Parts: sequence; C-alpha cells; structure tokens
Amino acid sequence: MIDVRLLDGLLEPAAEAARFARAHRQAGGIASFVGQVRAECGTDAVLELELSHYPPLTLPGMEALAEAAVARWPIFGLLMLHRTGSLGPGEPIVLVAAAARHRRDAFAAADFAMDHLKSEAWFWKRERIAAGWRWIEPRAEDHADKARWVISPQV
Amino acid sequence: MPVRLVFLGRLQDLAGASERMVEAAPGGTVAALLDRLEPELAAALRSPKVRIAVAGALGGLDRLVSDGDEVAFLPPVSGG
Repeated sequence: MIDVRLLDGLLEPAAEAARFARAHRQAGGIASFVGQVRAECGTDAVLELELSHYPPLTLPGMEALAEAAVARWPIFGLLMLHRTGSLGPGEPIVLVAAAARHRRDAFAAADFAMDHLKSEAWFWKRERIAAGWRWIEPRAEDHADKARWVISPQV
Repeated sequence: MPVRLVFLGRLQDLAGASERMVEAAPGGTVAALLDRLEPELAAALRSPKVRIAVAGALGGLDRLVSDGDEVAFLPPVSGG
C-alpha cells in the first residue's frame, strides 16, 4: 500500500504511524523517520519555516519515488507524508515509513525515500530569522546522499 | 495569447511576484517568452540550473507554448 500525501495542516506522526502499522499487520518490521523544523541555523534562531511546492509536479514526483522504492525492495507498504505552508521550530515536516517482512528492507526503503525526497522533491524552503526571510539553498550533502543509491553497472 | 508564468522559490523575489500573465505570440517557444521580460529576470530564468515546466511537463527553452499553458520556472530545490 502506497500512501503519499501533502498536508497543508498539522502532521501527526504518532497517529499516522499507528494507522500505517494497523494497515500492515503482516509486516515483521516497520521503519519510520520523522523530520522536524530545526530551531536554529548557525547562530540564528529560526522563527518560522515556509515550504512552497508546485502542485503539477510535487505530488506526482513523490508518488513516482514511492513506486520506485516499492519496486526496489520487498516491502508491503510505504508511507510518505510531507507538510507544506508555514511551520514553527520543532514541528514535524516529513514522515516516511516502510513496512516489510524483514527489518533491513524496511530501513533501506525508508532511507532511500528520504534521501531522494531531500535531493529531488519539488519543495522550496525559506526561513524567517530576526533579520528577515532567507531562502534555503540546496546542500551538496543531499546530492551525495542520493548518489549512495546508484546501482553500479555490472563489470 | 495569454500565458501564465509561475516563479518558484527565490525566483519569485526577482520577478516581484509568484505569478505573472504575459502576452505571447502563438507558436512561440519559452525562449521567445523570455525576450519579453526584464533582461535581469530573463537572464536568471535562462540559467541552466533553472528547470522549466510547460503545462506540467518538464522541458527546455525550445518547448512550444500553447494558448492557456502555464510556464513554471523551478530553481534548484531546497530539499524535502
């Protein structure tokens, strides 16, 4: 079961994870990850984070990513929930969970999904600090994280 | 014909708004649309790092724009 959603309001990881677990009683393990808004950036306190997206591309791209994870690992289901709009420090911004017969497949599928969400999903973030708004630029680490998943050609 | 331009991320600061309606010649390309914008904005939108979507499909500057199409300019993502 693939469940991919964009949420303009509150994301409740505990309730969503419990619902996902109930829907996958056959799974031997469920791995989940919750991303939260950081409270600081360098020495600046973050007052607000704003997440914008492009509806014609963002959700379809996330759905394609979920399908790629399901095709690559033997998992029963994948949950991928992402916030949009305005968030405060400490608020949940993303929840990814994978249910599998064995834990390693669940860990790997959730890790794969997060690395690709961070580097490829169509989201733009800006944060408000005391001095005003500033856009968050892509990080080289995000692309390096994604590169871990490239399958080397057979030699 | 009217075409809606959409500016994502920091491009909306450069454009002064997240959307703009422009008048385009029928049968024209995205590149031709850019020629109608302020030079500074057009130069930023021509950056190879900026992806272009016409009517929801990713393409390049040579993509044809039809009546009613939405043309979006997508700078590098900040990540999910």
